[in-house]
Amino acid sequence: MTTRTMELSAAIIPNKPMQPFWAVIDEIQSEAPSVSTFWLRFLDPGLQAGFRFQPGQFNMLLVPGVGESAISISSSAEDNKRVGHTIRFVGNVTTAISRLKVGDVLGVRGPFGTSWPIEKHVGQDIMIAAGGIGLPPLRTVIYHIINHRSDYGRVVVLYGARTPQDLQFTREYKEWEKAGIEVVVTVDRADDKWEGPVGVVPLLFYRLRMDPRKTVIFSCGPEIMLRFVVFEALARRISSDRIYISMERNMKCGQGFCGHCQMGPYFVCKDGPVFTYAQLEPYFNVEDI
Amino acid sequence: MSEIPLTIGTTVALPKSEFDGLLNGLRQLGYETIGPQIKDEAVIYDSITSLADLPRGYTSEQDAGKYRLVYAGHNNYFDVTPGAQSWKKYFFPPRSEMAAFRRDPENPRRWLVEEPKAKYPLYALIGVRPCELAALQIQDRVFLREDLKDPIYRARRQGAFIVAVNCLHPGGTCFCASMETGPDAKTGYDLCMTELDDDFLVQIGSEAGRMALATQEWHPAAAFLLNQAKSGLEKARQNMGRSIANFRELPEALLRDMENPRYDQIAKRCMSCANCTLVCPTCFCWDTREVNELNGQRASRERVWDSCFNLEYSYVFGGNSRPLVRSRYRQWITHKLGSWWKQFDTAGCVGCGRCISWCPAAIDFTVEAAELRKEVKP
Repeated sequence: MTTRTMELSAAIIPNKPMQPFWAVIDEIQSEAPSVSTFWLRFLDPGLQAGFRFQPGQFNMLLVPGVGESAISISSSAEDNKRVGHTIRFVGNVTTAISRLKVGDVLGVRGPFGTSWPIEKHVGQDIMIAAGGIGLPPLRTVIYHIINHRSDYGRVVVLYGARTPQDLQFTREYKEWEKAGIEVVVTVDRADDKWEGPVGVVPLLFYRLRMDPRKTVIFSCGPEIMLRFVVFEALARRISSDRIYISMERNMKCGQGFCGHCQMGPYFVCKDGPVFTYAQLEPYFNVEDI
Repeated sequence: MSEIPLTIGTTVALPKSEFDGLLNGLRQLGYETIGPQIKDEAVIYDSITSLADLPRGYTSEQDAGKYRLVYAGHNNYFDVTPGAQSWKKYFFPPRSEMAAFRRDPENPRRWLVEEPKAKYPLYALIGVRPCELAALQIQDRVFLREDLKDPIYRARRQGAFIVAVNCLHPGGTCFCASMETGPDAKTGYDLCMTELDDDFLVQIGSEAGRMALATQEWHPAAAFLLNQAKSGLEKARQNMGRSIANFRELPEALLRDMENPRYDQIAKRCMSCANCTLVCPTCFCWDTREVNELNGQRASRERVWDSCFNLEYSYVFGGNSRPLVRSRYRQWITHKLGSWWKQFDTAGCVGCGRCISWCPAAIDFTVEAAELRKEVKP
């Protein structure tokens, strides 16, 4: 591999949109059963130093011979030494990734998509509502808030997983709380040792009293969870342009020309994945859109 | 005659007997000349070297779920409206290699990117209908954006020479007039022909067209011929087999009414076979396919045509975002006539009628569009 130092801030070549850049796996951290964080470092040091992304964006990760998968970036946008992707092993590509070891390489294209507009909401209260593998793209927001804590008012993280074992990033919750973030965690099915709430994420809204005039919601998780997060948020008079949700669709190109991720007029990869509910409202409740 | 300079916009008459000279000239310039011809009882597009390769004397009978070639015995070469194939296969091939990787011989855990070696052919497309020309320009908007240029499409598209043919005898499923793409070609051609009895009236659309035509044995286009073409096109405009009324109102009407019960009714007939998307000259969706050498040393990624009617198209972990045929047909028609506008500032339909002719269930796109815009009171 010849290493070139380029002035690149993204692993994207506009006239070769499907060409990946190689990144070596620097570290693999287990987060939960079938979920690990892969820390990648671009082989090209110039790209690694220049690579920039916004919280909520994703990369296309390629295993040559197996395929590509759209994976959110889960590490801090202010860390330019390596890029973290927290991956659940469920499909062909992610299962192939699960078999890779430190020192193996992956192809990377990105970053793609819209981001959580955290800087637009300085001075406001931030409510993060995540379910399952929806937390990793929001961890980037949590890191941003920790690094700029005084810029924000009340910050609450609502997170739910199927069982206590499935909870991700548990070793970090203390740190988040130390930074003045309220962390409320729920599980669908408790075990003997579980002392927290049991139930789905939207139910956690009933434990809080958020100020609708200054609250912004960032939510990512299963679509059914998003539906009820939106429902509970609207019921609390949080306006639809302050509810941000990240959508999931099949994606092959990441740049709005393979067609797969369409949702109404939107290409989720390019116009999303982060949308305001105001944008999605005409389509969000249409069955099987 | 060639001492009179030709300019872009000029219309001349080229006797049919001189047409092969134009084809030869194009081939000498390095173009592969492609045109309509008959194969397996349908019009297809493939290499041609002379007018004799064209379907002279043929016309087609087309209706919902119906396509028949008929020998009418006339002297026209370009009178038969298109079959299932469209020109998009030349710029957006059904299968093409997007990227290829080879294992690094010095470190088998790493891969090297293979630089593409493909030399792209230079095409001269002969006999592109106005609707098809409009379709190419729609695909240009998809594959050649300001911020993204698809290298496969660009390499094949940018050097292509296009000879458009105005449509004097539209078919039974044609509705280009109502989509404002035909029957006469507007822009985007190098040469545009109207076929008359003994001559082709040829309008020059570009510098390349001017140069290709300049050395041919053309004649000035007299008023008689120009009038013949004009009245022929006006007649064609009145003789469209089908129409979609006020297509600019459809985005609003369709996207507002996604739960129209008509979709359930269509789903009872639609087999989700994807024929309509494959014959559609604007459909651009594609899937990736991983191709491996058996020794594990080379892996490539291919692009293959895909369709929103395929179940896997909208697969996400844990399910599929469009499990029912109802939702897949809705995606197809609301995309073509509705959301396409928001994405590419044009309709995604040019009125060529292929999706109607080639639907095995005889579902008529124009009828469904009309039904779906009717106000339905629940």
